[in-house]
Amino acid sequence: MIKLTVNDKPYTVDVEPSMPLLWVLRDVLHLTGTKFGCGMAQCGACTVHLNGEAVRSCVTPVRRAENQTVVTIEGLSKDVTHPLQLAWIEEDVPQCGYCQSGQIMSAAVLLRENPNPTDQDIDDAMSGNICRCGTYQRIRKAIHLAAKMQKEGGTK
Amino acid sequence: MSTASYTRRDLKTGSMIGGGLLISFFVPAGAKRFVPGRGTPEILFAPNAYLNIAPDNTVKIILAHVEMGQGVWTTLPMLIAEELDCDWSKITVEHAPPGQSYIHTAYGVQITGGSSTTWSEFDRYRSAGATARTLLIEAAAKKFNVSPSECKTENGFVIAGNNRASYGELANDAAKLSPPASVKLKEKKDWKYIGKAKKRLDTKAKISGEAMFGMDVYFDGMLIAVTAHAPVFGGTVKSYDASAAKAVKGVKDVVQIPTGVAVIADNFWAAKQGRDALKVDWELGAGQNIDSTAQFEDYSKLATTKGATVVQAGNTDDALSNAAKKIEAEYIFPYLAHAPMEPLNCTVKISGDTCEIWTGTQAPMLDQTNAAKILGFKPEQVKVNTMFLGGAFGRRANATSDFVSEAVHIAKASGKFIKLIWTREDDIHGGYYRPAFLHHVNAGLNANGMPTAWHHRIVGQSIMIGTPFEASIKDGIDPTSVQGVSDSPYLESVSNHNIELHSPKLPVTVLWWRSVGHTHTAFVTETMIDELAFAAGKDPVAYRRTILKSKRHVAALNLVAEKSGWDKPLPHGRFRGVAVHESFLSFVAQVAEISIDYGHLHVHKVTCAIDCGLAVNPEGVKAQMESGIIFGLTAVLYGEITLEKGRVKQRNFHDYKMARMNETPLIEVYIVESDEKMGGAGEPGVPPLAPAIANAIFAATGKRVRRLPLQSSDLMKA
Repeated sequence: MIKLTVNDKPYTVDVEPSMPLLWVLRDVLHLTGTKFGCGMAQCGACTVHLNGEAVRSCVTPVRRAENQTVVTIEGLSKDVTHPLQLAWIEEDVPQCGYCQSGQIMSAAVLLRENPNPTDQDIDDAMSGNICRCGTYQRIRKAIHLAAKMQKEGGTK
Repeated sequence: MSTASYTRRDLKTGSMIGGGLLISFFVPAGAKRFVPGRGTPEILFAPNAYLNIAPDNTVKIILAHVEMGQGVWTTLPMLIAEELDCDWSKITVEHAPPGQSYIHTAYGVQITGGSSTTWSEFDRYRSAGATARTLLIEAAAKKFNVSPSECKTENGFVIAGNNRASYGELANDAAKLSPPASVKLKEKKDWKYIGKAKKRLDTKAKISGEAMFGMDVYFDGMLIAVTAHAPVFGGTVKSYDASAAKAVKGVKDVVQIPTGVAVIADNFWAAKQGRDALKVDWELGAGQNIDSTAQFEDYSKLATTKGATVVQAGNTDDALSNAAKKIEAEYIFPYLAHAPMEPLNCTVKISGDTCEIWTGTQAPMLDQTNAAKILGFKPEQVKVNTMFLGGAFGRRANATSDFVSEAVHIAKASGKFIKLIWTREDDIHGGYYRPAFLHHVNAGLNANGMPTAWHHRIVGQSIMIGTPFEASIKDGIDPTSVQGVSDSPYLESVSNHNIELHSPKLPVTVLWWRSVGHTHTAFVTETMIDELAFAAGKDPVAYRRTILKSKRHVAALNLVAEKSGWDKPLPHGRFRGVAVHESFLSFVAQVAEISIDYGHLHVHKVTCAIDCGLAVNPEGVKAQMESGIIFGLTAVLYGEITLEKGRVKQRNFHDYKMARMNETPLIEVYIVESDEKMGGAGEPGVPPLAPAIANAIFAATGKRVRRLPLQSSDLMKA
């Protein structure tokens, strides 16, 4: 039995401690917003926050999350109002959309740590997330916009 | 029957995974999920297969085509909304089931591909909206006791004088009327939606974790399957030992299927561990002999022999011997995997004499037919639910329905309700690649630098031979192998030309890959024409303008030249290259601006101009150009599947790399004002990118790029 908190809710799961957090989220808790893309921390589609840090859940054994706090895309905001989510809508970012949960979860940590990121900061923080549809330019714009909104609006 | 029309209410998640799972404080994951269409009350008015209206004024639009990123979830509703005059905020969207009403208006099968959705549905979807509007007006006229001509519509209401009724209120009465024999469509000057940028309708679902991809389907009692596939193409199972696999906690069953051995378990992790523990003895067959280096050597030899004639004019041999200058070049292009971000998957439930499938597919009716064939069912016994596609790029439009068929075989052999998941490695190794190609070109110029002879041999596997699409092969020429060369606009100005094709057969499976034949033909024609311009001592844009008779090519070229500042000097160390190419009825020109630092390529900026005729959603067209450019950039920098002893060497994104944020150039897209025939947007952005970069590299190094992806030697000065 492993206890963990996901999106403010406590869970106890009976799984192998070596099972990646990704598959606990998806196959056990059915929080399907976190995506499987590569299984080896190459694409970032599975990015979640573990105690506030962006981790690739496909290579994170669930034991690392024991008694810890996990936030997934479903828990990033209430009613899809995180500045990044609003900026993603404004810039019409997603195409197929499969990678976007991971993109946003990576960007959320960047924006918290660096409220005013430069293009170089965005390259450094976001180059671990692949988008096969090639929405990178819009992601970059949306992060800049979210930074501006965060500064002006102060929401979340 | 849609992305969302099934609900999660029946997911008894607590009991989902057998074997003593306990989830405390469990809140069903489906509790707050966005499910378009869910909870929609009784439909009152369904005037045709493409839309229906509920009493709460919801307008549900049913897509004959699927959303895989290209934006039809928004574009097709724009067409209906234009004529229906409904409230945009009341629109919900879902994918159509397989059905005759959803057959492609030009292709005759239910398929999403060929960058054809918008132009092929332009009339059908507008007419669907107009029909509904006519009936709603007729119902309102009766209700208000006025003539239909006294009624107008406004944002989901019919209005006549002081009378006003919402579409939802009128739906019940409208449903009792007979549809008009014909409808008059709005004139262009009255358009409210068409031609104006519209934001995507699927964004919110895709940034909240709520969008449902095939991968996201979960049901009570559903198990996960992972398959061990043969290590080489065409390999089959000789024997296998499942004892170690069955010892993995959570593994429920192991079954042999035509494509390998499948391990079925409570969850993916157990199934994958079980798969990895399987011992399979494979009958490898001829597939084990394939070697990429030897394959290109064979192709090169084949290119010295005469192939099937594709197009021919004048006397190319004579013209070549009389040419003032001659250029001969050979080009090679590797196999490419599509690698959509969502690995292939398919969920199958067989209950008695019915089968239900959930998957992301470009061809639901083909999948239905293939599944029915495996089960000995009639197609109508198979229900297909098309989910959002996490990318496709052609991979999910397969005549063999490979991943769907595999899932059906697993469900049939095991008698279990399963979701088949391919790992990324399965996907990279899984074939159905863009075929490897080799081109051999001999071109001749006269004393004025004008091309007089063009001899071109193409060698590569046919995509269509052996598929239901074979009917389009004439005289042994698969059009997808030669498109972009056989119809090159330059040939019009080269009076002696000869295009030939060899289509060798190999066990490696091949398929269309975003922009299909144009992925290699545009590279060859557009780098060769650049080479001829240089040999003629002319500016590459000016030279193309001289030779091109196609005004749409020239319009795109002129716009990109203007917007990229082609005639203006560049900062020291920066270089430009240009390319223009027609594909899928659209004309796209691109200018790439690059620098090379110590053998490292930087693509700083790509300027793009497209003439696609009317751009129904200009923002969507721009997004597709950006997307095509990055897709093309990946192929330039990294894209390569290689085989050694039949084994695919690449495994995952560490060695089958993708362009990333830090490699993304600034992209500017301009749309040519055009009243010409409508074309596509999903694919045409890809072909010009590689030759534009290669031509920029030549400007920097003085060396021509002859193969993709780029080799480090390409970036050294000549």
